[in-house]
Amino acid sequence: MDLNKKYTPQSWPDHPETATMEGKNKFVGFWLLLAAETVTFASLFATYLALKDKGPSGMEFAASNLFELPLVFAMTMILLTSSLTSVYAMYHMKNHNFKAMQAWLGITVLLGAAFLGLEIYEFNHYVHLGFGYTHSAFSAAFYTLVGTHGAHVLFGLSWFIALMVRNSKRGLNMYNAPKFYLVSLYWHFIDVVWVFIFTVVYLMGVIG
Amino acid sequence: MAHETHTHVRSQTEYEYIRRQRSKEMRGQLTSFAIMIFLTLIAFTAVAADFSPYLITPIILLLAAVQVVLQLYGFMHMSNKGHGMVAFFMFSGMFVAFITILALVTIVWW
Repeated sequence: MDLNKKYTPQSWPDHPETATMEGKNKFVGFWLLLAAETVTFASLFATYLALKDKGPSGMEFAASNLFELPLVFAMTMILLTSSLTSVYAMYHMKNHNFKAMQAWLGITVLLGAAFLGLEIYEFNHYVHLGFGYTHSAFSAAFYTLVGTHGAHVLFGLSWFIALMVRNSKRGLNMYNAPKFYLVSLYWHFIDVVWVFIFTVVYLMGVIG
Repeated sequence: MAHETHTHVRSQTEYEYIRRQRSKEMRGQLTSFAIMIFLTLIAFTAVAADFSPYLITPIILLLAAVQVVLQLYGFMHMSNKGHGMVAFFMFSGMFVAFITILALVTIVWW
């Protein structure tokens, strides 16, 4: 069978992401990955909670005097909105509207890049204050947790861009529909992790 | 190959029906999004308002949990059919995650 078989909105399956054996396998495998990622992030959260505000005696930085909520609030809103825009992209994917899907994916990428830009600004700001990775157990745990999330954002952005570019002339078919579906799942998962980061690290950090 | 699938061409009625179902679902997603924004606002406002940490901490953790349920069951479609295996994976993952966090913080805090 031809991978590049053309579809119309009328012949496009209800659930293109799981309409083929390949798609079904990817779907199950990817959710297994997300479950494993949940455990990865749990170990990083546990390390952070255990080492929060710990370090050499007399260290000047603590969560309650370091974090600034306005920046974190902006980052949260941006990432949350990008989660919605990728839902819009998948809505158009299911309606077999390739151009609209690409447009919404493009907006998602821009929002993700804005989030990453703010995170880089934040880290850079802390390092200039003297709160570097090797400053304390607290700083190492903080950068490892939030940085791993940031690395996931970067990977998600690269994945989106690679799929958009590689399939720009192909249009939607059974070959790439599962791929687009999975990257959007990945993006939502990144948002799920961020919900816990802004709650556990930033909000609980500020209240001490 | 593994990309094979049965093709069914919808009649005009079937097509209009599924389009309507999808835009209905999309309205539901927008509602979830509005709730998520609202919950985030409550969490940030509660912290900015400077109440006692013993009051705020459980509340913001609960708000985070609700948001995650909305993401998983709304945006990530875990409420749809065919997600039994997915739920099994995710709940196992969350169980191990919970044990990991419990073990590490109790070792260090006590």
